[in-house]
Amino acid sequence: MRDEQLIEAIERYLNGEMSADERNAFEQLRRENAELDTRVVEHQQFTGLLKQYGERVALEKRLNAIHEEIDVHAIAEEVTVHPSWIVQLWRDHHSKISVAASIAIFAVLATLFFTGYLNNNNSYTELSREVGRLNRSTTDMKKDINAIKKGTRVIAAPDKSRGTGFAITSNGLIATSYHVISGADSIYIQDAAGRSFKVKAIYNDPQSDVSILKVIDTTFRGLGPIPYTFKHSESDLAENVFTFGFPQDSPVYGDGRLTSANGLNGDTLDYEISVPINPGNSGGPLLDSKGNVIGIVKAKETRLEGMHFALKSSYLINAIRSIPEDSLTKVPVLNTENSLANLTRQQQVKKIKPYVFMVKVY
Amino acid sequence: MSTESKSSIPTDSEIVFGILNNSENAIKRLYVAYFPMVMQLILNNNGTPDDAKDIYQEAIIVLYNKVKKGDFELNSKLKTFIYSVCRRLWLKRLSQMNRYSGDIHDFNDHLPVEDEVEEQGERDIQFTKMQSALQMLGEPCKTIIEDFYIHNRSMQEICENFGYTNADNAKTQKYKCLQRLKKLFFQQK
Repeated sequence: MRDEQLIEAIERYLNGEMSADERNAFEQLRRENAELDTRVVEHQQFTGLLKQYGERVALEKRLNAIHEEIDVHAIAEEVTVHPSWIVQLWRDHHSKISVAASIAIFAVLATLFFTGYLNNNNSYTELSREVGRLNRSTTDMKKDINAIKKGTRVIAAPDKSRGTGFAITSNGLIATSYHVISGADSIYIQDAAGRSFKVKAIYNDPQSDVSILKVIDTTFRGLGPIPYTFKHSESDLAENVFTFGFPQDSPVYGDGRLTSANGLNGDTLDYEISVPINPGNSGGPLLDSKGNVIGIVKAKETRLEGMHFALKSSYLINAIRSIPEDSLTKVPVLNTENSLANLTRQQQVKKIKPYVFMVKVY
Repeated sequence: MSTESKSSIPTDSEIVFGILNNSENAIKRLYVAYFPMVMQLILNNNGTPDDAKDIYQEAIIVLYNKVKKGDFELNSKLKTFIYSVCRRLWLKRLSQMNRYSGDIHDFNDHLPVEDEVEEQGERDIQFTKMQSALQMLGEPCKTIIEDFYIHNRSMQEICENFGYTNADNAKTQKYKCLQRLKKLFFQQK
């Protein structure tokens, strides 16, 4: 039997088109011939699949037709969980909101920057007195006028900045703050009586902000015995302290209390003090009620009232010990005899007055 | 009154008998009744309206076949069954797209329907193969095969449609077409 005829027979058999006799014969053949049986099953399955496929296509077509009639958009609207209006607002406009926010932030930062608000350095001013350019030009003009009047012309360069210094030995070693003399061409000290002496810096310690100056002027005849002593240990809180310095041309006395054992932001180099001090006080001695030098007046926090700072005396003593030997004629010996202890404050100030100098920097 | 009853949700037995009786109206009412539910499920789980349509139609086909085969038992609600099948199908689709984040927002109770979905998936693979085999078969074979095996047309009709001079020629042609279709079908992986 040819394959084509076999398939035709199988189809007729499956479709029930055979007569009863034919059918019996075919079934008999199918039982005997396993190969024929497999062919029948195979054909049945394949055509069945074909039929099912056709039905599926038809059903899908029907479903699509039904779907066409549905208002999908309306249903979608209805079943979507609508977020709150603020979320909706964000979803709809987030790009615009972001742009607006960045512009706002930029504007605020720019304003702060240009108004100098971000420039924190301004608040911590070191107290050397900057004689401003304006000031200088005024004095220049005055001098010029005077010179014209007198018919002579005195050329005297104005000093750039001023501070205070104080004697640590009677042979002319002077302590001051490093920031007072930093960048100086030449340095002079002037005592309360108005005499000036040329000095040079023999030791600088920018870290703890202390400098040691030595008088090199030939007219200098030495000082008397130093009345105050230097305290090695730390002083206690609430200690009554005072300073003496040159924020202006004549010396100024100021007193207060030791308010904290640490300086700005916990700086252990410094004490915090409530002594009223001003530009020009920098480098001045800070003394306790017994007349011990406990520190060097240094700086103040301008944003906060009453926050002034002084370097602890132990760092001053360290600095004196670190002076290189070749810049000294003899090893400095600090005074150990305090002659101020039992005096009144007026007498104390009077006694220390000759040992405190205005430091003029050119 | 009649539109009212049409738009209201049909009872489950109405639908089952409708499908068994090939009622066009029953399928339509079924389709309209539960589409919003599936839309809600899909749209709120990272899907689009088109995804919802695909998934829903697949679920309807699962139900249809199950009813036709006669093994649909009305022990659970039709609604729950459809929801469960859609949920299962959508989870499968999400994990195929690597978009499944591990949780799904549910709006209904659901049943375990893994078997039905698996079965459907296998049959879908067969149908896809059949579809591409028919596509490759080309004309006039495709139409002859479709007319004879799917639309149950007689050889006589086919003969006339294609202008064959006698039925034997047509039969030979049909036999050759079927052999080629089988070959194309089984060649595919």
